[in-house]
Amino acid sequence: MLNTERKPITGKRVQLMATCLCDAFYDDVAAATVQVLEYLGVEVVFPEGQTCCGQPAFNGGDWTASRKVVRHTVKTFAGEEPVVVPSGSCAAMMFHGTVLEFENEADLGEVEALGRRTWELGDFLVNGLGVKTWPGRFEASVAFHRSCHSRGTNSSTAAAKLLGSVAGLKIVEFGEGEQCCGFGGTFSVSFPNISATMGTLKLDHIRAVKPDVLVSGDMSCMMHLGGLAKEEGKPIKTLHLAQVLRDALKNGKLI
Amino acid sequence: MRFQQIDQFAAELKADTRAAVYDGSKKGHEKRTKLLFDEYADPDRLRRIAGEVKQHVVENLDTYLPQVEAKLKANGVIVHWAATAEAANQAVLGIMRARGATKMVKAKTMVSEETELAHFLEKHGMEALETDLGEFIVQIDGDHPSHIVKPIIHKNRREIATSFEKNGLGAYNDDPQTITRRARHFLRHKYLEADVGLTGANFVSAESGRLVLVTNEGNSRFCLAATKCHIAMVGIEKIVPRDYDLALFLNLLARSGTAQELTVYTEFISGPKSPTQPDGPEEMHVIFVDNGRTEVLASDCRDILRCIRCGACLNVCPVYRQASGHAYRSVYPGPVGAVLSPLMMGNKFPQKADLPKASSLCGACHEVCPVNIPIPDLLLRLRNRAKEENVPSPGTPPMGAWAVLASQPTAWRASLFGGKIINYLPTKLLPIPALRAWEAKRSLPAWRGGEFRKWLKTRKGRADFSPPASSRAEAKKAD
Repeated sequence: MLNTERKPITGKRVQLMATCLCDAFYDDVAAATVQVLEYLGVEVVFPEGQTCCGQPAFNGGDWTASRKVVRHTVKTFAGEEPVVVPSGSCAAMMFHGTVLEFENEADLGEVEALGRRTWELGDFLVNGLGVKTWPGRFEASVAFHRSCHSRGTNSSTAAAKLLGSVAGLKIVEFGEGEQCCGFGGTFSVSFPNISATMGTLKLDHIRAVKPDVLVSGDMSCMMHLGGLAKEEGKPIKTLHLAQVLRDALKNGKLI
Repeated sequence: MRFQQIDQFAAELKADTRAAVYDGSKKGHEKRTKLLFDEYADPDRLRRIAGEVKQHVVENLDTYLPQVEAKLKANGVIVHWAATAEAANQAVLGIMRARGATKMVKAKTMVSEETELAHFLEKHGMEALETDLGEFIVQIDGDHPSHIVKPIIHKNRREIATSFEKNGLGAYNDDPQTITRRARHFLRHKYLEADVGLTGANFVSAESGRLVLVTNEGNSRFCLAATKCHIAMVGIEKIVPRDYDLALFLNLLARSGTAQELTVYTEFISGPKSPTQPDGPEEMHVIFVDNGRTEVLASDCRDILRCIRCGACLNVCPVYRQASGHAYRSVYPGPVGAVLSPLMMGNKFPQKADLPKASSLCGACHEVCPVNIPIPDLLLRLRNRAKEENVPSPGTPPMGAWAVLASQPTAWRASLFGGKIINYLPTKLLPIPALRAWEAKRSLPAWRGGEFRKWLKTRKGRADFSPPASSRAEAKKAD
């Protein structure tokens, strides 16, 4: 899954792929991503025409519909700058899923080119920009959920490294951390029983270690787990990696 | 049906069965991981090498199969080719009839599950007795295996004790040792009475024509100890190029399948008894079974033919753990089955086109596979095939309208704004099944469509920290 042929970082300008989930539900995550990048002196450009990475239809099996959206995305993110996305799932779609569904298409090359310059946020910070420690302060015990689309990529270790370096922040490990939360895109609505049972198991493991907050690099997992917890009448606090990093800066009066 | 069949099956599964499957597979996975990572610095490298070797075999079957046939013949083995399950069973029946045989003892082989050999032989007046303890229990229960390696993972010992009692194997006793002793006592006589021993093969070396069998109970040895005729049913993909490769594969298979360094018994069979050997079968047949495999080979999912049937992907799979093997309505359940079973259906693919949907695409199966099969990619390809063939998919949201919106920025922005309606209207009133399926289990966060774009435009300079107003507080859902 790892995007190995990635273009090296040149310049300090990136295009932000905010993700449709942040566009619709989690505006603060997208804002935090901008603030974190700008704190590092990176200029963030937001291509207005962006919509979605195309993953819902890709996972649902409707590759014709998905390719239509991916072609739009390729056009929208024209240029040479790295594309940074606060989601391991959308990033994997850009550098892995699209390649699969464009295998026999004439424009595979353009799609691959976008994949080569797309980075998940944590991966970009640690492996792209070389940020090894994070300043500021965030007083909390954090359960970090490694989202499945980060399997086999540098994203999870990158995020854990950054979080672990924040003053005041303590990462608490929980059981069966390698198991999926049960979201799975269209799976969450076509297999609602299995999806919810998987989520409940995950929540049980997380609650057992009593974290102050559940953190992930993917809002889709958080939407599922947070929504389940709320429905159970036992809500949990969820944050995106970018929000923790931004709040650490804020608490340290660095922004 | 509103939802997928497998989801329904999982929802209706007995609590006992679910617990047995969940605990069994979780334990299996955890032991496997510990063993692999304790002993090898880089187990992933081994998985990649093994995957490349098997992929090489899959892509060169046309040269390996004749090579294997020649070696086997030179070793004194009679080779048969069976295109279908029926042909494979007929071949077995033919061999037994020619010898005047009526009794067979069987070691565990998944390919004979595919062809339903035991049923077939019984229908033709032959006795075909399973000797693997799990398979034996499945047989006396009239049940089906629910796991590739652990056929009775779905049963607890109380159920087994009950069926032993029902089948005249002693009064109820759920002590595992007693159960095993009773099965052993019953089977020992059967080995001596049988005319034919049937096995599968975990590997066949193209270099030497050696068949390699692994078991933990030693039952395959017993099957071949007193019988005069050995029949091996072998899937055409079971080849490894050289004897040397077996070191890698045997190490990976035992660790991945049962978290053992090596299975208790590993047999290398080079042919029938030679004149200088005191005992063993005097006649040996190998039946190479296709049964849909060349269809798989011709597809863009041929990587699945690398599979060495270890069951690691079942053990790690969160869907398998909840649904159990029987949910897949196939000989091969779990992630590998979700790819292999629909493909092996040939033009009846639509009947099992729902199997590849039964995955959150979490990728755990790929991560544990000893031959590094990219199972999620193959599941996705099959989902696409199902869509192309217009197979109905209950619960999967239609994507046409979404694709139109998501490729037109103006329409997209308008719908970001328009989506706010879900904050105020009860979702019951909205004709969107996916939304209702979501809300049946999970609450939906407040819709904040377009808020980020607004913030980006209106914020004062980059140094100014002005986050958008807290999400939930402002646009509280009207519920």
